[in-house]
Amino acid sequence: MSSTTRSLISEADLRRGHGRLIYRLVLGAMAVAFVLMFIGPLYWMIIGAFKTPIELAQTPPTILPTEWHPETYLDAWNRLEVGRYMVNTAFYALGGWLIQLIVDVAAAYALSKLRPVLGNVVLGGMLASLMLPAAALLVPAYLTVAEVPIFGVNLLNTPWALWLPGAANAFNIYVLKRFFDQIPNDLLDSAGIDGAGRFRLLWHIILPLSRPVLAVVSIFAIIGSWKDFIWPLLVLQDPEGQTISVALSRLAETGRVTNNEMFAGLAIASIPMVVLFMIFQRSILNGLSAGALKG
Amino acid sequence: MTVIAPETTAAVTQGTGRDGGPGGPGSARTARLRRKIGDNLQAYVFLTAGLLCFGLFSWWPLVKGIILSFQQDNFVTDPIWVGFDNYQAVLDDPLFATAWLNTLEFTGLALLFGFAVPFVLALVINEFRHAKGFFRFAVYLPVMLPPIVSVLLWQYFYDPGTGLFNAILSGVGLPTSDWTQSPKMAMISLVLVSTWANMGGATIMYLAGLAGIPGELYEAAELDGASVWQRIRHVTIPQMRFIMLVLLLLQIVATMQVFIEPYQLTGATNPETITVMILIYRYAFTVNNDFGMAAAMSVLLFIVLGAFSALYLRLTRKAD
Repeated sequence: MSSTTRSLISEADLRRGHGRLIYRLVLGAMAVAFVLMFIGPLYWMIIGAFKTPIELAQTPPTILPTEWHPETYLDAWNRLEVGRYMVNTAFYALGGWLIQLIVDVAAAYALSKLRPVLGNVVLGGMLASLMLPAAALLVPAYLTVAEVPIFGVNLLNTPWALWLPGAANAFNIYVLKRFFDQIPNDLLDSAGIDGAGRFRLLWHIILPLSRPVLAVVSIFAIIGSWKDFIWPLLVLQDPEGQTISVALSRLAETGRVTNNEMFAGLAIASIPMVVLFMIFQRSILNGLSAGALKG
Repeated sequence: MTVIAPETTAAVTQGTGRDGGPGGPGSARTARLRRKIGDNLQAYVFLTAGLLCFGLFSWWPLVKGIILSFQQDNFVTDPIWVGFDNYQAVLDDPLFATAWLNTLEFTGLALLFGFAVPFVLALVINEFRHAKGFFRFAVYLPVMLPPIVSVLLWQYFYDPGTGLFNAILSGVGLPTSDWTQSPKMAMISLVLVSTWANMGGATIMYLAGLAGIPGELYEAAELDGASVWQRIRHVTIPQMRFIMLVLLLLQIVATMQVFIEPYQLTGATNPETITVMILIYRYAFTVNNDFGMAAAMSVLLFIVLGAFSALYLRLTRKAD
């Protein structure tokens, strides 16, 4: 929507003497409040890590460190092994993203363009899983991963415990299928006459056309796995293989971490997401808005 | 059905067949059938991985959870069917009522803040002619953080002795609080951090909804002499009714599954903040090591949340 679209209060009302003053005041107050409320805690976290533990805990607090201690970040990276957990988390996130894309694109393609017998039943079953609250399935899902039916393998403490359940993502399939549905069949037919197989149609025609939707699905997949807590807490109990979130929670409970080191750990854990947000802000917020309007 | 090259050939073959050409109608039909089976096989090859992932990690756990809630299983000997014993044990647990009441309290408070505040924020931001991008960015920033980061950071803010909140409160001469360590404030502390970390999503969605309200409606209302409040009441809210209902249901389902905040801030043993999820976690993994009880409690939670989820899906599918 362009800013010229009429909203609750008219342009004319805002321009009038009083209106303009009130508008300026409200805008300024909101801007200050938003900086304090939403940027402030992040500032406190990133800058706090540069302070000494005593300065960080003192009353009244200091806005800027009296002495800067950038080495706290290095200590957190090495001594608390934040580096190792960041690598773990990145590995899980990227692997999970790749597997989600492969599994869900293939499924959405089959359901949208190949339309097999019982395809709608399969789609219905997948979408029904959106209704299942993740929390209520936690315990049986954990036991399933501990001993996968048919295959009889134990996936606990392996990346597959995150990746395979993560690929069962009905939201992805729904979004991808809806996008594929809009690609005209004529386009595939004309390529098909040239003798292109199903896989080549997907690879050479569908996927290049689907870049925008693939980007959105990818971003949300990465964010989702980076933010996940309770599932990796349960299935990756071996400390060496933990994600950064679970490791930070465990470190906080041991009480052997100084506050500035913990702040550094929290800041490091947040950086990839904040950077991702800065780069893909438009896609992320528009994806969310589109979801709100379409349901 | 996607018509691709080989099928076109099949149709042509059938055409010649009807004319009494070589092959005849019978063999054309078999060729068609064979083609159809081949197409389906190929489609299911593309679907295999998805079916396996959903079957093993989504559909099966649902069945397994229901089975488990009627069994006692020590994972060494064969499980024993125990009827409703697990449900009885869960209902007899004095923490059962505590957990549900705490969860309802959390959900209620979270809706009070998390439902109304984003709506008001979105309403105001939508009127701004400047810096809209900044407001959208700032309010959504906490949503991007890993939830445990928000919770751990706020844990330092809440510290009664060295925390930032009490430092600020005492700095401006207000009474301080023990926050998470005070029975009265513990739940509110959980709700505050949860709201801070999550309300960006709702705000962005409300903004999208507000941008979609046709300007003529406001214009007409203004010509009729409607004040700003009247315009909100008679134009904005009716226009936003659907999206508000959808977000309400989503928030109920999400907040009733609350886990990280009580797990990290107040601990799984604090009776002030034991929620349904914390109780399930305790049954399964810490206190009881009883998966049957955990499964029974999960089924109960599932029934409650499933009703809300079903309502949500019905609403949104209908709108599609």
